[in-house]
Amino acid sequence: MLRKTFEHEIQQLRDDVLVLGSMVEQAILNSVEALKKRDIKASQKIFDGDKEINKKRFDIENQLMILIATQQPMAHDLRLLASCMEIISELERMGDYAKGIANINIRMGDAPLLKPLIDVPRMAQIGADMLHQALTAFVNEDVEAAKSIPVQDDEVDALYNQVYRELMTFVIQDPKTIERANWLLWVAHNLERVADRVTNICERTIFIATGEMTEIKSTDDEFWKNQQK
Amino acid sequence: MIETQNSKYILETKDLGIYYGDFRAVTGVNIPIKRHMITAIIGPSGCGKSTLLRAFNRMNELFTGTSIEGEVRFEGENLYDPTVDPVEVRYRIGMVFQKPNPFPKSIYENIAWGARIHGFKGKMDDLVESCLRQSALWDEVKDKLKQSGLALSGGQQQRLCIARALAVQPEVVLMDEPASALDPIATLKIEELMQELKKNYTIVIVTHNMQQAARVSDSTAMMMLTNRETHTGTVIEFDDTKKIFTNPKDKRTEDYVTGRFG
Repeated sequence: MLRKTFEHEIQQLRDDVLVLGSMVEQAILNSVEALKKRDIKASQKIFDGDKEINKKRFDIENQLMILIATQQPMAHDLRLLASCMEIISELERMGDYAKGIANINIRMGDAPLLKPLIDVPRMAQIGADMLHQALTAFVNEDVEAAKSIPVQDDEVDALYNQVYRELMTFVIQDPKTIERANWLLWVAHNLERVADRVTNICERTIFIATGEMTEIKSTDDEFWKNQQK
Repeated sequence: MIETQNSKYILETKDLGIYYGDFRAVTGVNIPIKRHMITAIIGPSGCGKSTLLRAFNRMNELFTGTSIEGEVRFEGENLYDPTVDPVEVRYRIGMVFQKPNPFPKSIYENIAWGARIHGFKGKMDDLVESCLRQSALWDEVKDKLKQSGLALSGGQQQRLCIARALAVQPEVVLMDEPASALDPIATLKIEELMQELKKNYTIVIVTHNMQQAARVSDSTAMMMLTNRETHTGTVIEFDDTKKIFTNPKDKRTEDYVTGRFG
């Protein structure tokens, strides 16, 4: 086997993407847990911790640039490196959603939650699970898994829809709840976006393995159609 | 005389096999060469790249005992038909070699000589200038046309050889590792020049440098030994260059272009 050094560096790269992924996964779950418990200290930690996620992303990006410049990757190697550039960017943005949720908890101050959180933690759990599965599929270049993971996005969208309607009911009954409802809607929206970005990672995995750019159908359009009814 | 026609491909091989005596060096090659495009032939050493290239202008016949099976079609007609004159073939399909090999004559004569032999009747000064301009050498040599071609740098000598090939107004220029003896700057000049030349000529290039094939060519033919014992080579994949270097179909091509075989 030629190119042992390059192979080793590619393995290191995959490991680093997994580390970044698990940092993001934890941040998402922790941000919702902190909100549920109204633990502002924990949220502050997540808010500050986003810097670490950003730094890790830049480190990997730098590593990618060096590999491209020094190894002249071709074919599968080229698709892998180019796709990693996209994937780490998706992960970094997911980290920002967790930071956004932490920020909401901080800004809510002493105000109590409008309602106990049931569906929102479920959204977070499904999103984090999807992310975990997507990164496993990425490492194994498992096309079948990459195609099936995004189906779970429907569940997240359905929960988002439910949260949206529920919060609207609060607002209609008592307009004074607008601000608190809006905070929670913002949280749910961030989690809905997490699942969408997982779909993007799955698309990249399919591209790495097959060389084909496929767009996995988004259910967002249906969601907005339903809102208009 | 083969007429210039509007056949789909300027050159095309049909089940081409090439023999040196009993040794079958190349077998079963079916590739089209598109007009005004650069086609690269890549593959590991000893797989028959140069042999295939030389079959495009019957240069293999300069070695005794070579023979072919199948066909090489130029403008739709079989180049190896007994009625075809190999000398005519070689000036319509010119060649540039790995090591710059200018004649030990002046820069001017390097270009004028071949044209004169082929009966060029126009203004020789104009032809020399035009060929040197086309090969991006004019500005560097216009004040020293009487100097020996051998006094030029390696990169300049290679561009002089390209100018010399153009002097007989070929339709195709075959290049056998034209930049492998040159430094990176001279290499880039040759590569830039190829992009200019393809507007007027069709180019087929053999190169060991995969990045070069990726940079300069439109189509790529990947060659490999089909049988390690008999050392017979063939084209295992032929496609658009961008496809060969981003998503090749054949696992062996993938291994070669990613540097895992060679």
